[in-house]
Amino acid sequence: MVSPDDVEKIANLADIRLSGDRLGEFTREFNAILEYFDILDTVAEEAGEKRGEFNIMREDEVTPSLPQGEVLALPRDSEEGFIRAPRVME
Amino acid sequence: MKAQGPVTGEDPFNAFITRCEWKPGGKGMLAGIMVAVKDNISTRGIPTSCGSRILEGYTPPYNAHVVDLILREGAGIAGKTNMDEFGMGSSTENSAFGPTKNPADPSRVPGGSSGGSAAAVAAGMVPMALGSDTGGSIRCPAAFCGIVGLKPSYGRVSRYGLVAYANSLEQIGPLARTVREVSLLMEVISRYDPRDSTMGDRPFTPRLTGEVKGLRIGAPAEFFGAGVDPAVGESVREAIGLLEQSGACVVPCSMPSMAYALAAYYVTCTSEASSNLARFDGVRYGTPDDIRKPWHDAFREVRAKGFGEEVRRRILLGTFALSAGYYGKYYAKAQAARRNVSADFARIFRDVDVIAGPTMPTVAFRIGEKTDPLSMYLSDILTVPANLAGIPAVSVPCGKVNGLPVGLQIMGKPLEDERVLDVAYAYEQGAGR
Repeated sequence: MVSPDDVEKIANLADIRLSGDRLGEFTREFNAILEYFDILDTVAEEAGEKRGEFNIMREDEVTPSLPQGEVLALPRDSEEGFIRAPRVME
Repeated sequence: MKAQGPVTGEDPFNAFITRCEWKPGGKGMLAGIMVAVKDNISTRGIPTSCGSRILEGYTPPYNAHVVDLILREGAGIAGKTNMDEFGMGSSTENSAFGPTKNPADPSRVPGGSSGGSAAAVAAGMVPMALGSDTGGSIRCPAAFCGIVGLKPSYGRVSRYGLVAYANSLEQIGPLARTVREVSLLMEVISRYDPRDSTMGDRPFTPRLTGEVKGLRIGAPAEFFGAGVDPAVGESVREAIGLLEQSGACVVPCSMPSMAYALAAYYVTCTSEASSNLARFDGVRYGTPDDIRKPWHDAFREVRAKGFGEEVRRRILLGTFALSAGYYGKYYAKAQAARRNVSADFARIFRDVDVIAGPTMPTVAFRIGEKTDPLSMYLSDILTVPANLAGIPAVSVPCGKVNGLPVGLQIMGKPLEDERVLDVAYAYEQGAGR
């Protein structure tokens, strides 16, 4: 079982604000879904065959990209070729 | 080229978010054909919202690979179709632009998440459409609206320009009224694209023979079990019987991993969504955030306002499943379960050529009928296995229950998209369409 405090903590991790009145219902639905997920406890940890995992690297070639002007037309704010973002320092 | 629009006109089922009349002309395999494109597939010059407020005002500066391909073959674009926000839903009710209605019965949902694409085709507004299928989002609306829809094998169609929800599961695919049209659109969109690193260079070669003599069909008991409307199951059994009359044989088989396939799917897709949807922060595109506020405050606000309820729920579920202390219980277990689903399919496919069953456990439900998120998730039980294993699966109409369409689902071995369409074609011909 997760508590409303747990859900609020996760919401903060995900950068999503949840208003107080929705927190209770979200928590209730969350617990119903997590209870359903408990069926996964019946799966053996090392079940199934793992596929071989390896990296394939391509050559780092310069290819055409979107024109800067078109990309900078998308955000509300840009300045001297940069996109303005909210401040990081409090 | 800029889209000419917006086009006004009748859209009685709310199938479109944006209407346009983009007719580049030219010759090709799709010359003169107007195609509807799901609104999570990027179109240069035409707004692409994914059914979400957070992308309001966003117009992509580039085309998805599949859009370039259909335009190159002479197709036009009739508009961008309605969908569950970011593909998260099975009814097209989770759209910021209002629900789409099912042309077969406007009081009912068209299925989802590609409900607008299916409704536009079923209503005769366009002959074919593009959708995307993460856990059934092409096949479900195809079944509910009474048309044909293919989820291609993983890696068969480029995802370049598809707004990502759950990368390891989803594919773009075709919807149309007949198998032949689905096959034609699939032939065009499956051309190789090095920009999707999960794509293989395996062009689709149409092969509609309609011949099923000697074909071995597996019909796992789990696809006709608890939760499946008996009348729907009966309709699908009759359809399989028709293939038997044409010379196919049915092989009994079972799929024990169905017990946890849905849970594995929802843990995986929400986990991937929590990562993918982190990019929507209002900085580079979409609803702008308040740059005077501190970083996290600004993001939390724009994401709370821009994302609908189901999207927020899935991001939170995925964040939880990946968080320290819970990763082993949820995400790691889901991946083990996923490997078991693939192993089950591989085992069954040693004895059979295709697997058949219902696409959906019920016919289309009423708009507003399913209010509990878990009951909505459960309606995906028969479609998610194909996504977990990356195999091709098609839904083809097979009769009606209470006047509402039923879909026959045919799943095939990895990369055997040609075969599943051929079997669907054989059924379609045999059923006298």
